[in-house]
Amino acid sequence: MFTAIFGSVEAGAMYALMALGVYLSFRILDFPDLTVDGSFVTGAAVAAVFIMGGMNPLLATLLAMVAGFLAGCVTGLLHTKGKINPLLSGILMMIALYSINLRIMGKSNISLLNQETLLTQFTDFWKSLKIDDAIQSLFHTLGLSSFIPKTWGILVIMLILAFIVKVLIDLFLKTDIGLAIRATGDNETMIRSFSANTDHLKVLGLGISNALVALSGALIGQYSGFSDVGMGIGMIVIGLASVIIGEAVFGAKTIVRATLAVIGGAILYRVIVSLALRVEFLETGDMKLITAFIVVSALVIPKMIEWQRDKQKKKKRLLAPKEKMNDEEKSGESLAAIKTDL
Amino acid sequence: MMKRKVVKALLQLKQIYKVFNEGTPDEKIALDHINLVLESGDFVTVIGSNGAGKSTLMNMISGKLIPDLGVVKIDGYDVTTEKEHRRSRLIGRVFQDPMAGTAPSMTIEENLALAYARTRSRRLKIGVSKKKREFFKEKLEILHLGLENRLEAKVGLLSGGERQALSLLMATFTEPKILLLDEHTAALDPSRAELITRLTKEIVHEFKLTTLMVTHNMEQALELGNKLIMMDKGQIIFQADEKQKQQLTVEKLLEEFQRIRGEKMSNDRAVLI
Repeated sequence: MFTAIFGSVEAGAMYALMALGVYLSFRILDFPDLTVDGSFVTGAAVAAVFIMGGMNPLLATLLAMVAGFLAGCVTGLLHTKGKINPLLSGILMMIALYSINLRIMGKSNISLLNQETLLTQFTDFWKSLKIDDAIQSLFHTLGLSSFIPKTWGILVIMLILAFIVKVLIDLFLKTDIGLAIRATGDNETMIRSFSANTDHLKVLGLGISNALVALSGALIGQYSGFSDVGMGIGMIVIGLASVIIGEAVFGAKTIVRATLAVIGGAILYRVIVSLALRVEFLETGDMKLITAFIVVSALVIPKMIEWQRDKQKKKKRLLAPKEKMNDEEKSGESLAAIKTDL
Repeated sequence: MMKRKVVKALLQLKQIYKVFNEGTPDEKIALDHINLVLESGDFVTVIGSNGAGKSTLMNMISGKLIPDLGVVKIDGYDVTTEKEHRRSRLIGRVFQDPMAGTAPSMTIEENLALAYARTRSRRLKIGVSKKKREFFKEKLEILHLGLENRLEAKVGLLSGGERQALSLLMATFTEPKILLLDEHTAALDPSRAELITRLTKEIVHEFKLTTLMVTHNMEQALELGNKLIMMDKGQIIFQADEKQKQQLTVEKLLEEFQRIRGEKMSNDRAVLI
């Protein structure tokens, strides 16, 4: 149980980067970008191919981000210059990327087992810090030795990475360009009247969004030890699920809070799925159904809660005048006071 | 060499012609060879009934629409085919819908930062710096709405009147060459409309802005500005310069319309109020 949850938190931290990308396109730009299913694999594929070619894994991962950025830009150009509907531009790019990803990899699956990857480098670096030993002895003394995960390194480093990316996004969205991107999603007519080229801003925003998605794909590929052409299927829904769950659970009042919520949502989503899969009659194949169910619940439940709250408020309001009747004089006085104020 | 004293023409429209749905039964000539010149410091009010071409005229200047024929010049530059976002460096705009001029999910100071960047190129610099915040506070005080104490409030939480006042400030505090007001009080209740009208007067005066204002409200058209034009069916049918405008009344305007068009101006909401 603990190991399963531990694993899902680990993966969740990596998927969080993808969810942050989806947050940028869906929430900030208000652009339902389905490129994600393709660009996730593009990230994994580019990183895998370059790593197999003997390149430094860090450099390979950065190149994966560049590839994702370009894919996002193409979607943006299809929409802004080609005047294609946002959903359709994303879908077109998604299927185009399927073939492109096959071309990049040359086959449908590349194994990265026994290769030096960014993840193995992280683990080695972590081992050199000897923190695991300390934690292990702590667990031993607590009598929990059966729950010990192999290493805490990946979890900690991935959480730190997700947090750094989150802070960078927060800062970026506060710059003049970032503000203009937010305004593009919020009120396009308005920001155009303030001399912003919304076409460029959309292309840039989608590029950054898909660069993050590709980074996530590259990390997941190296984490699970392979890159597969089908690994991106349904990724957009997972991203959306993370954003929606995060916002519902942790709130999204400000950008700083919302990006943190998205990371939380991505981890929470993984945990929910891994718990759901432990229910006996559910199989691995039910995953997508579970995802759909989670998203629907995250969308519907907050609304039901709000509806309930409104109903109670209304009740209170309807009952309130009766109480006031008792001290009519007082209310008359306050009315007079309000009038003089006016 | 003699120095000629020229009154600078800030906005020039020459022979602007625009037709919608050309070649279909719905064909409509929206602007029929319009000529208009705004000199520096002019405040021109535009009146006319629905479908007279007032909004189309505004869209020609802002760049939302491109004329079929004719030339638009701002401050001497030919901007006829220049894109909307490029032109808006020179133009401040306030729309009819109070929701249209601001970004609701962003804060007051962020909205002001967006407006502040209108005349500059946007870079990776923090939008709301300390220095700018002070500057924004100073400008918000002009409105006397207490918004300077609510810099971090989301604009979506403001009332329609407050939002329109903010839109007005955002369009003007960077001192655009031309200010376009498109029935910017029409969607507000009377007291709010009065407030915005008063603020318009003050702000245009303070920043000495060259302004073109479309309105449905004849009294407002007479109260504000130094010149007035009346449009009908895509043409400018009546112009009043400073002297003439001072002597105009609503009755005289209606008479004028009747005399020129030989028909009564439709007595709908659009005209009187």
